[in-house]
Amino acid sequence: MRIEQHPILDFKNGNKVKFTFQGRELEGYEGETIASALHAAGIRTMRESAHLHRPRGLFCNIGNCSSCLMVVNGESNVRVCVERLREGMVVETQKGKGELK
Amino acid sequence: MKHREIAIIGGGPAGLAAALRAANLGARVLLIDRSDYLGGQLIKQTHRFFGSKEQRASERGIDIARELAAGVTANEKIQVMTEATALGYYEDGVLLVEHHNKITAVKPDRLIIATGGAEKNLMFPNNDLPGIYGAGAVQTLVNVFGVKPGKKVLMVGAGNIGVIVSYQLLQAGVEVAAIIEAAPRIGAYWVHAAKVVRAGVPIYTRHTIKRAYGEQEVSGATIVQLDENLQPVPGTEKDIDADVICLSVGLTPLTELLWQAGCQMIFVPELGGNVPLRNEFLETSVPGIYVAGDVAGIEEASAAMMEGALAGLNAAASLGYTSESLASDRKNVLAQLAGLRSGPVGEKIRKGLAQAML
Amino acid sequence: MLAQNGIPTPADLAGVLPPADRLAQGPVAIAECYQNIPCDPCYHSCKQGAIREFIDINERPQVDFEKCNGCGTCMSRCPGLAIFVVDATYSDSEALVKIPYEFLPLPEAGETVTAINRAGQAVGEAKVIRVQNTRVQDRTAIVWLAVPKELMMEVRHFNVKGVR
Repeated sequence: MRIEQHPILDFKNGNKVKFTFQGRELEGYEGETIASALHAAGIRTMRESAHLHRPRGLFCNIGNCSSCLMVVNGESNVRVCVERLREGMVVETQKGKGELK
Repeated sequence: MKHREIAIIGGGPAGLAAALRAANLGARVLLIDRSDYLGGQLIKQTHRFFGSKEQRASERGIDIARELAAGVTANEKIQVMTEATALGYYEDGVLLVEHHNKITAVKPDRLIIATGGAEKNLMFPNNDLPGIYGAGAVQTLVNVFGVKPGKKVLMVGAGNIGVIVSYQLLQAGVEVAAIIEAAPRIGAYWVHAAKVVRAGVPIYTRHTIKRAYGEQEVSGATIVQLDENLQPVPGTEKDIDADVICLSVGLTPLTELLWQAGCQMIFVPELGGNVPLRNEFLETSVPGIYVAGDVAGIEEASAAMMEGALAGLNAAASLGYTSESLASDRKNVLAQLAGLRSGPVGEKIRKGLAQAML
Repeated sequence: MLAQNGIPTPADLAGVLPPADRLAQGPVAIAECYQNIPCDPCYHSCKQGAIREFIDINERPQVDFEKCNGCGTCMSRCPGLAIFVVDATYSDSEALVKIPYEFLPLPEAGETVTAINRAGQAVGEAKVIRVQNTRVQDRTAIVWLAVPKELMMEVRHFNVKGVR
């Protein structure tokens, strides 16, 4: 859900870009983070915890914690709260610790 | 290996202020930040700041960030390195920095650590469900990216961050069900509290979150009243529907580099956790390493800017740089810091700092 | 109690309200600031010299009601949005309450809005007389509401009808 009007801020969005999440095509803006684009699409679950397989989402949103690790373009452990969205990105839920290529 | 006179780690309010003051005295500065922008957490502070003219009171944090960052970028004595993560600082005075998948070694004569703080978590059943965030995280989502975290928020913690973020959620068109606070008193400035209360958000002191519920995502929480000993009062449980829970239960300094550098540390709850011992020049127990801002103790951004200014002046002065006004500049910054901390709301900080001096 | 729920008590209010004879003379600022916090932009913003100089930045604002002309410049400089202007002389039955407001949509002059008190409760209706939102105010609008006189010390917020 995007904010349509704001009393203090004027959001300058970048170009629209397409990316996929779990194979589903979504749109977002260049320059925003992957986490932001996913939230705008109503997606808040980013990975599955290693031991109890519980769903996990964002926690700090500034790259401090590791709550939002996802697999992006085949690479595991990407902090989607700070990784900027680019055209054609393939974003997937990360299960467990992820694999090193 | 790069040699630099002063390296500053962290481009938030403290780091930016430090860079400007040090460069203005003549020192060559390398400013390192892991983000791809400067300004740190100032870039999401849409409210007007408190303080006095010198600390830019009444200006909005977003505007202060823009101006400080522009000043730093335009200053030819300051080299800015963004998307650069400081990985470690070693006995021989070498700092390793990761930048675009490459490691660079820097040997600075002076190091100013201004890495800021991180939001604390709170223990309760289901606290890991998606939809439960740090309040600052939601502030970033809403104010930097213009995206709502959900429809209805329960805010846990009535300190300045919890109350300010609640207000900013309302400004973004997100409903805030309530703000709950375990302490018997609201920690935020009362004018902030009054602003959200008249806008329709109740604040419940002596209340905490008992558990969150929801399957794949959070859908609500049970809150409970607390007695004088902070124990839950049986029978006072109440369910609150909310698809977002924000935790605003304090920050803790990001001190990893200080530990690694061998700085003497001390646990001071009033300052948010482990902090470095420092002298009145903001120099730690390791000569040449200075600290400023939240990493030295959690405070308001106005204090972080003043500490940054002080650390910047002192680090540059220790390298022999000086100016006619150096002594009075330093005195002025110290007086402003003392002013910010002198009132009743500064009591906690004063108590904390008294324990953290070398 | 402010410290418990963010709502000032009548005793809190009594300490900041202007005397009745001053209210009867026209618009005047009321600084609903009850806590000693490090903050002084109201003093620097007042061109009338009606807010006493802060010796210590943690002092609370002291409005000199005789010098204050109710211009409202301080309202949009207060980081706490805690200053209001009340004009009890607006009409025989109504008073004017000027409210700092940072939400959208902004109402328009002539519109009827729901009048809200300090506890967030609806207490009646108010008519919007004017909306000030100049560049100098830096995105803190000031909305002039005409309210029944008996509510002039109650109404401190409003809701645009049909929103939230």
